[in-house]
Amino acid sequence: MKKKITFKLNGEMRSVEVEPNDILLEVLRGKLGVKTPKYACGRGDCGACTILLNGKSVRSCLIFAIEVDGAEIVTLEGLSKDGLTPLQESFIEHNSFQCGFCAPGMTLTATELLEKNPHPTEEEVKEAIAGNLCRCTGYVSIIEAILDASKKQ
Amino acid sequence: MAIVHEFEYFKPGSVDEVVKLLSDYGKDAAVLAGGTDLVVRVKDGFETPKAVVDIKGIEELKRFEFKDGHLFVGALVTFNELIDSEVVRKNFPVLWEASKSVASMGIRNRATLVGNMCSAVPSLDSGPAVLLYEANVVVKGPSGERKIPVLDWFLGPRKTALEKGEMVVGVSLSVLEKRHGGAYIKLGRYDGEDLAQVGVGVLAIEGNEYRVAFCAVGPKPVRARKIEAILSGKELTESVMEEAMAAVVDEISPITDIRATREYRMHMSKVMLKRALRAAVSRLKGEGPEYGTRLI
Repeated sequence: MKKKITFKLNGEMRSVEVEPNDILLEVLRGKLGVKTPKYACGRGDCGACTILLNGKSVRSCLIFAIEVDGAEIVTLEGLSKDGLTPLQESFIEHNSFQCGFCAPGMTLTATELLEKNPHPTEEEVKEAIAGNLCRCTGYVSIIEAILDASKKQ
Repeated sequence: MAIVHEFEYFKPGSVDEVVKLLSDYGKDAAVLAGGTDLVVRVKDGFETPKAVVDIKGIEELKRFEFKDGHLFVGALVTFNELIDSEVVRKNFPVLWEASKSVASMGIRNRATLVGNMCSAVPSLDSGPAVLLYEANVVVKGPSGERKIPVLDWFLGPRKTALEKGEMVVGVSLSVLEKRHGGAYIKLGRYDGEDLAQVGVGVLAIEGNEYRVAFCAVGPKPVRARKIEAILSGKELTESVMEEAMAAVVDEISPITDIRATREYRMHMSKVMLKRALRAAVSRLKGEGPEYGTRLI
């Protein structure tokens, strides 16, 4: 049975009708036009669908849309609403991404990390992004960019 | 991949309402907390609930409290909350270390300790820790509340002592009276979302007492009583260590699957037991390696 849910998406209140078995990722991409969370593994292994739910990085492929009624969601669109963040600038500087498919998830995960722990060690960066798979870069340029951004903040 | 299976969604505000729903629907009800296991199961068609009962609206299940030497971890407490807790790090370091090994940060923001124990897969990372600290599972059902010792909790792959109409409200752990060091070592193919091929947890308690537990090498996580008896009262000399390692074959029954062969698991269980024991003993003495350090 369809239910109307309302939540804050990238700073705006949005309402949408969902079925209980609708997956949040599909609602964001298919019904609300938010395309940066990517669909890849669909089972929480790859991190491409990462969003910030009430400030925490989570896998939107493992959440029923109906669960987020009343919540606050930020995707990459919301994060860079007022221009690129220093972390994103750092990713560009370090040429961190090639195909870019992992970039939204990687960026949101690293954003949460730097908020929680502004000056992480390399080990802590690796632990934080361990659930975000990148098949292009070998991670080195991503890790360096995150560490670099942390030094500048 | 959209889900074809249809179900009704409930978000009750109290444990009593959950118990009522679970009693009414029986096996057709699924409890939803973090959803990191359930959603995949529903997607894959392994579970086809008629009712999904979301417990995230129940305030009392968020209880995470340390009082008089007892820690209560409510059903909604996530692994990241455990990791962020100094109380857990200081008093239950093996649970802390095991929590760090669960999947990835994004999963740990949702996945709960109680959910992990309810899913009860053989490879569950929290298994050895809760067995070592001899936790109690607090459940509520139609006839009230009861406490199940964790040693009686795990019955087999995805099988627990939970009965119809019951839900887990939390897990309680008591601080050990004596000082201890410990270790949890997880063998996986890569860091991140992989499940354990072998998991070994160890406590070294002041006075040369030891507790040992394994996961992912049998149908359920187990305490290794024979190994504990071999070690009891002894310093960890080379010969004692060898005797303990030789007893590993009597304690576990690993299988061959997509992640590892039986032989590899058996071999690594011995190696990891040795490393975990060494780390636990040196941590008891206040020496390194720090908790959370990679031991394999």
